[in-house]
Amino acid sequence: MSNPLVERLAELMGQAMGFIYPNEVEIHWSILVVVYPYLTGLVAGAFILASLVKVFNVKEVQSVYRLAMLTALAFLLIAPLPLLIHLGHPERSYEIFLSPNFTSAMAMFGFVYAWYLMMVLLLEIWFTYRKELVVWSQEKPVPLRWIYRVLALFSRDTSPASVAFDKKMVKAITIIGIPSAFLLHGYVGFIFGSIKANPWWSSVLMPIVFLFSAIVSGIALVIMLYMVITLYRGRTIDMPCLDTMASYLFYAVIVDFSLEFLDFIHRLYESEESIKILSYLVMNKLFISLVVIQVFLGMLVPLGIMVGTRLFRLGAELRKLLYFVAVILIQIGIFATRWNVVIGGQMFSKSFRGLTAYKMDLTGLEGLLTSLVLLALPFVVLAILIRLLPPWEDQAIA
Amino acid sequence: MNRRKFVERLIAVVASVSAVTAGFRRARAGVPEGYDPGAHRYSMGIQVDNCIGCGRCMEACKAENLVPKEPFFFRTWVERYVIRKDGTVGVRNISTDETSAQEAPVDRNILRSFFIPKLCNQCDEPPCVQVCPVGATILTEDGVVLVDDQRCIGCRYCIQACPYGARYLHPVTMTADKCTFCYHRITKGLLPACVEVCPTQARIFGDLKSKSNPLQRFKRMHKLSVLKPSLNTEPKVLYSNLDGEVR
Amino acid sequence: MIRLFSKIPDALVRVIVVVVLLLSVVLLIRLVLPRNLTDTAVHVQSTMDREMQKPVMYAGQGACTDCHEQSAKKASGYHRNLSCETCHGMARQHVENSLEIKPVIPSRREFCYKCHRYDPARATGFPQINPAVHNPLKECISCHDPHDPKPPTVPRECDACHGEIARSKAISPHVQLECTTCHIVAAQHKISPRAVRAEVPTEREFCGRCHAKGAAPKDSPTIDLATHGEKYLCWQCHYPHLPELD
Repeated sequence: MSNPLVERLAELMGQAMGFIYPNEVEIHWSILVVVYPYLTGLVAGAFILASLVKVFNVKEVQSVYRLAMLTALAFLLIAPLPLLIHLGHPERSYEIFLSPNFTSAMAMFGFVYAWYLMMVLLLEIWFTYRKELVVWSQEKPVPLRWIYRVLALFSRDTSPASVAFDKKMVKAITIIGIPSAFLLHGYVGFIFGSIKANPWWSSVLMPIVFLFSAIVSGIALVIMLYMVITLYRGRTIDMPCLDTMASYLFYAVIVDFSLEFLDFIHRLYESEESIKILSYLVMNKLFISLVVIQVFLGMLVPLGIMVGTRLFRLGAELRKLLYFVAVILIQIGIFATRWNVVIGGQMFSKSFRGLTAYKMDLTGLEGLLTSLVLLALPFVVLAILIRLLPPWEDQAIA
Repeated sequence: MNRRKFVERLIAVVASVSAVTAGFRRARAGVPEGYDPGAHRYSMGIQVDNCIGCGRCMEACKAENLVPKEPFFFRTWVERYVIRKDGTVGVRNISTDETSAQEAPVDRNILRSFFIPKLCNQCDEPPCVQVCPVGATILTEDGVVLVDDQRCIGCRYCIQACPYGARYLHPVTMTADKCTFCYHRITKGLLPACVEVCPTQARIFGDLKSKSNPLQRFKRMHKLSVLKPSLNTEPKVLYSNLDGEVR
Repeated sequence: MIRLFSKIPDALVRVIVVVVLLLSVVLLIRLVLPRNLTDTAVHVQSTMDREMQKPVMYAGQGACTDCHEQSAKKASGYHRNLSCETCHGMARQHVENSLEIKPVIPSRREFCYKCHRYDPARATGFPQINPAVHNPLKECISCHDPHDPKPPTVPRECDACHGEIARSKAISPHVQLECTTCHIVAAQHKISPRAVRAEVPTEREFCGRCHAKGAAPKDSPTIDLATHGEKYLCWQCHYPHLPELD
C-alpha cells in the first residue's frame, strides 16, 4: 500500500462535506483529464478557423491559414499524452485499437482521432505544402533535403496543373474536415455527456457546448500566436486579418455563451433532483472557477471588449492590445470551463448528499508541473513545425 | 498432385489444427468440471429491516477478496440513515471499527433510522460494461459483472459511469475493481462471503434460474425496489422496505 | 488498369499508396496476432476462468458441522442464524489444515459490541446493551455462552430488548410510567419474546384515564375526550413513548 496515496485520501476524506459513497473520496480524473479536452479543443478551433479560408473563401484570413493548420497539428500530436500518462496501465493502451469495445465512446474516439490526424490534418497539410516540399527538397542543404524528399513522398511535380490539383484536394479535404473536426471535439463532449450517472455531465448540450468552446479557444489561440509570432519576427500585423479573426471569434463567443446560458437556464427551470447539490457546488466549491473565471473573466469581459471594438472606432494599437487581452482571458476562461466540467463533475457525490475535494499535487505524474509541461509542449512542437514548414507567405514560393 | 487434392488436404489440415488447438484451449481453461454459466443467473436480496449495521459483511468481503484494508476502497459498505422529525436526513458510512464502549447520546429528534447495505448491483444493463474502451469489464452469462485485471488499462471511465459508487481503482494493480458476488465462491456452490457472515440474514443470495431458494421467498413476501430505477440499469440487487430517502 | 492510374494525378497516387500501405500493415498486425489478444470471446472466458480460480477464504457453514459439536448446540439457540465464521472469521485454511491453522476465538467484550451495542438504527426487539453500564468489567462470555446466548437470568427490565423505546421514554413526560402501566406483559414474553407478545391498549379511553378532562389529577395535560382527535386513536397522532405536545 502506497503511503502517499493513503495519506492523500485520508486528507481528502477529512475535507469531504456531507455524505459521499466511500469509494468517491478519490477523484479519478485529475488535471491531466482537464488538459486533454483543452488541447483537443484548440485543434478543432484552429482547424475551423483555417477552413474559413478554404471553404468559405474568407480572403482576409488567408495569411494565417498555414499557421492555423500547423497549430492544429502541433496540438493534436501532444493531445494523447495527458491521457497516456493518466492511465493506470499505459503499456496496454494499444488494446483500444486492437480489440476495442464498440459500445464505448472512448474507444471509438481513438478511431476518430486517428481518422482526423491521418486523413484530414496530415493530408491537408501535405497537399498545402506539397509544392514547397518538392522545391525545398531540391534547394535546401543535404540532411534537410532528404527529410523534405521523404515528406514530399518522393514527388517531383511542380507543374501548375499539379498545384491546381493540390488546391482542389485541399478544398475537398477541408469540406470533409469540418464535420470531422466537429466530430473530434464533439466526441469528447459525448464522452462526458453520455454518462447518465453524473447529472453535471449528462446533457444533450454537452457535445455542442464542448465544440463551440473549442472553436472559441482555437480561434483565440491562433490570434494570440499570430500576434506574438508576428511581433517576434519584427513584421507588421495585418489588421484586416486580425479584425476578421476577431469578428469570427466574436460570433463564436456569442454562440458559446448562448449555449452555456441556455444550459444554465434549462437546469434551473427543470429543477431536477440534482439541482440542490449542483447549486451548492457552483456557489461554493466552483464559485471562483466558474462564476468569476469562466463566466465573468472568460466570457463576459472578452465579449464586452469585442463589442467595444465594434461599436467604437478605435485605433489599431488599442485594438491590438484589447484583442490580446481578450484572447488571453478567453484561453483562461476555456481552461476553467474544462476544469469546471471535469473536476466539478467529480466534486459532488452521486448520492446528491455531499461534496468531495480535489487536491492537486505540485509534482508527480498527475501534478501541476506535469500539466504545465504538457501545455507548453505543443508550442515546442509548433516551433519545430514552423521551422520545418514555414507558414509565412513572404517565404512561400509563388 | 492436382489442385483439387491440394485444396482437400489443406482444408483437412486447417480443420484438424483448429480442433486440436480448441481442445487444448478448453483443457487449459481450468473451469470447474461441469460448471455451465448458462444454467445460472445470480441475484441478491437485501432485507433492510434485518440489517443491524454490524459491519461484518464489510470485513468478510475485504478478507475474502483481498481488498485493501484502508477505508477508501470498498466492494460493499453499509450506510446509516437518520431521518429526523424536522425532515432533515443524516447519512454516514459505518466503519468496521465500531467497538467504542460509548453509545451515541439519545437523540430525541430521530423519527426513524436504519442501515442500508450497498454493493455492486450487477446490473443487467450495466453502464460500466457499455463504456469500457477495451472490454475489460464484462457481463457474464450467469449475470455477474466481472473485471479483467489483465486487460484493464485503468482509464477509470467505468468508475465514472457507475451510478452507485460501487467501483474503485485498486491501488496496487491500478485496475478497476468491484464486488463480483464472490464469483469464485458461487460457481462452486458456496455463498458470497458477505451473505455467509451476515448474522441476521439481511443479505439473501439466490439463483434466478432456480425455483426454490431463499431469494424466491424473499421476492414473494416483500415489496421490492432497486436503487436509482430511473437510470434503467436494471440492477439485480433487490431491496425490501427501501426508504425513499435512500440514494 | 495502368490507364486508370495515369488519369489520377501523381500526388494523389502517392497518397493512395501510403494509405494502402498503412492499412495493409494494420491488417497484417491484426491477422498475425494470436487470438487471445483480439478475440472478445476468449477474453470473456479467460476472465471467468481466472476469477473462478481465486482462493476461497471462508469455508461456509456446512464445513464446520462435520467436526464441531458446538454447531449442534448453536442450531437451536438465539445465534442459530449466524454462520460459525460470522464470529470465528475465515476458516477455509483451517478446514484444509485443521491442526496447524486455527480460526480466531473472540473473547473480549469489544467484539460483541459490534452487534449488540445500542444503536437507534437497529430494529426494536434486537437485544442491545449500553456497554458502559451493562457489567462493564466482565467479559460477555462469562455470562452468555456464545453458542447458546440465552441471558443467564430472565431480563428484569424491558429495555434489554427494547432499547430505543426505553431511551425515548426516559427523556419523555412518560418517564415515570412503568412499561407495564400501559402494556400487559405475560412473564413468558421475556422467555419466548416472539411466541408470546405483549398487549397494547386498544381504545381512547385507556389514555383518557390520565388525560381526559375530569380524570384523576396527575399534572398531566387533559383534553375533551369526546371531541379531541375525532375518530382517531390517541397513538395515531401521539407517539406514546415520547409524546409530542402539539
